[in-house]
Amino acid sequence: MTTLQVMFVLVGLITVAGGLYTVLARNLFHAALGLVVSLAGVASLYALMEAAFLAAAQVLIYIGAIAVLIIFAVMLTEGVMGKRPRANDQWGYSIVVALGLLAVLLVTLYRFDWPQAAPAAVPADSIVRLGKALVEPDLYVLPFEVASVLLVAALIGSIYIARDKRVEK
Amino acid sequence: MVPLTWYLGVAAILFCVGVFGVLARKNAIAVLMSIELMLNAVNINLVAFWRYLEPDKMAGQAFAAFVFIVAAAEAAVGLALIISVYRNRSTVDVENVDLLKW
Repeated sequence: MTTLQVMFVLVGLITVAGGLYTVLARNLFHAALGLVVSLAGVASLYALMEAAFLAAAQVLIYIGAIAVLIIFAVMLTEGVMGKRPRANDQWGYSIVVALGLLAVLLVTLYRFDWPQAAPAAVPADSIVRLGKALVEPDLYVLPFEVASVLLVAALIGSIYIARDKRVEK
Repeated sequence: MVPLTWYLGVAAILFCVGVFGVLARKNAIAVLMSIELMLNAVNINLVAFWRYLEPDKMAGQAFAAFVFIVAAAEAAVGLALIISVYRNRSTVDVENVDLLKW
């Protein structure tokens, strides 16, 4: 096992452990913190795969914005109290479905004929290429612009939905 | 060098943890957190395929960036909906929000 493989196993274990804590924690705030650990593990996986921009974007967007938003929502609703049961009536079936799906996925992954050659090197200007790909007319400028319209729509919509209507009375 | 299947395996495990969370948790915010886990698992897959199969084209990273954007928009709207439901019904249990149930 090379050093890189050892690092990968550690980061992978942290990511999966964070995810398990998220779905199993009784206290909702602890579940949100477990999600933060898992997201940080995913950012480390991106760094291991030499996707530098995505690692930074993961920390900024997921941990810095989405996880903080989730913690806000946890605080604004009453879910922090931890003495109620955390799973609903179908948790038995859920375990069966999740393990079944995992079995199917892992069997498919390990039976498939993946290319065995060592991966080619990432070009040194990959971030420049990503930036160009997002604005070039025959690459991804259209999904990029549509995504920004989506964000504006989501912004306006969520402000309107979550607004406190008692102010007008 | 880490084999490709290891990354895909971690992504598969994370995805199934998210599936369990979506199906089994009572609190709506916990369900949203599990959905974020699933989206992150998909992103790991996308970036792994980018790295191991075509690192000179940016399709994998661009796709992963779009998944980021959509996940952020969905988290914002979903949490706004949960806050609004909480204000009207004083509950965030998914089992209590069943007015449309036949």
